[in-house]
Amino acid sequence: MFDYTFQWKQAMAKLPQMLDGAVVTMEVAVLSMVIGILLAVVLTLLRLSGSRPLAAIATTWVEIARNTPALFQIYMAHFGVASFGIHFSPFVSLLIGITFNNAGYLAENFRGALKAIPETQTRAGRSLGMSQLQAFRYIILPQMLRIAFLPMTNQMVWAILMTSLGVTVGMNTDLYGVTQDLNALTFRTFELFAIAAVIFYVITKIITLGARLLAARLFRY
Amino acid sequence: MIEIQNVRKSFGQMEVLKGIDLTVAKGEVLTVIGGSGSGKSTLLTCINGLEPIDSGKILVDGTEVHAKSTNLNKLRQKIGIVFQQWNAFPHLTVLENVTLAPRKVLGMSKGEAEAIAEKQLRHVGLGDKLKTFPTRLSGGQQQRMAIARALAMSPDYMLFDEVTSALDPQLVGEVLETLKMLAEEGMTMICVTHEMAFARDVSNRVAYFHKGVMAEIGAPDQIFGAPQEEVTRQFLASVR
Ligand SMILES: Nc1ncnc2c1ncn2[C@@H]1O[C@H](COP(=O)(O)OP(=O)(O)OP(=O)(O)O)[C@@H](O)[C@H]1O
Ligand SMILES: [Mg+2]
Repeated sequence: MFDYTFQWKQAMAKLPQMLDGAVVTMEVAVLSMVIGILLAVVLTLLRLSGSRPLAAIATTWVEIARNTPALFQIYMAHFGVASFGIHFSPFVSLLIGITFNNAGYLAENFRGALKAIPETQTRAGRSLGMSQLQAFRYIILPQMLRIAFLPMTNQMVWAILMTSLGVTVGMNTDLYGVTQDLNALTFRTFELFAIAAVIFYVITKIITLGARLLAARLFRY
Repeated sequence: MIEIQNVRKSFGQMEVLKGIDLTVAKGEVLTVIGGSGSGKSTLLTCINGLEPIDSGKILVDGTEVHAKSTNLNKLRQKIGIVFQQWNAFPHLTVLENVTLAPRKVLGMSKGEAEAIAEKQLRHVGLGDKLKTFPTRLSGGQQQRMAIARALAMSPDYMLFDEVTSALDPQLVGEVLETLKMLAEEGMTMICVTHEMAFARDVSNRVAYFHKGVMAEIGAPDQIFGAPQEEVTRQFLASVR
């Protein structure tokens, strides 16, 4: 009944290809975080703008991102938009889907962080002649990013793991996609996915550690 | 010159300023005293346009603060304000706290701004704290930093709203000394304060606010020595 013989050697021979996939995974995750943070800042500004329609757009985004499966969000970015004649490559669709998710979660984190910053900080900035936007940029934003730093690290880890959903839109160059293709060729299912899991684990650990080091350097107060 | 003409202001149903008329000349030091809720803070925040008014006018050097055409960011550059809660920017060093607005608002270079900031910080006795973060300062030091931060914009007017009220008693003196120094240098100042000795020593005139009305205004000798109004007498008796 249990007649599966482990063949680690054969699986390990595929390691270089898998590591190439890991690089693509990192690319998607890093890009989706950078763009996601920028978009989350924009969503936060929309929510603070005092304009109801703008705030509603931001809130809708956040609600969808946080309350629907990430798989659905990636699927929509590929097959959903294809219904309107818009065709993205799997890479782009995956990037859009994860970025959408990141921005929504991060915007919510930012909102929580803002609550911890006294209203009087903006007031102090305005009193010095700063515009509302300047006060946000130079006084509120840096404090907000610090408070939200840990949730941002968590989201980065999520972004890495979410890349595995790319296979549903035909992505085959990232770590998970490469592993799945290799599996179809070799049927070393357990070995290949175990190796992939270890690589995922190592990447996320490096990110968490790196973030801690970065925080120590960045936040001097 | 700051001209306040028949200013009225309500928060909801409650009228907080009930027709204030007051002129503060260049070089004058006016202290404002009065009970809690009498509208002193509100008046200051109206002067620099942080709060809108319902009617009347406030003119600063002839510019109407609440006119639609007035560029408030520009106007605020010449009106420094320091609050009871000093609002240090915690993510910036003392030096950076002070250089931020000169750099971003006045467009000064880093070097220029730092030269001015260092001068102002030394002036308020913080010359040895430039690289320190505000969280490491005492309340009195943070408050003096806030004063230096406002002064770095080279304002023509300074508004102080109970800047010693949130301080431990032993730190009040150092901040009052700083205010005194500014007054002696000829800065035009409006100081809301509960420090009666300070009001008596430093000001040219003292205004007493009572329930949204400026009940009395006059030289310190008159207000403290021979107040004309019954409400002023009662207030002074209560704080003594
Ligand atoms: N933003 C606001 N919204 C609603 N009511 C306000 C607001 N700011 C002040 N008030 C009310 O207006 C009245 C006058 O307040 P103000 O702060 O000007 O008094 P004050 O003379 O400075 O008192 P204190 O000595 O306690 O600082 C108070 O009753 C206060 O509760
Ligand atoms: Mg007050």
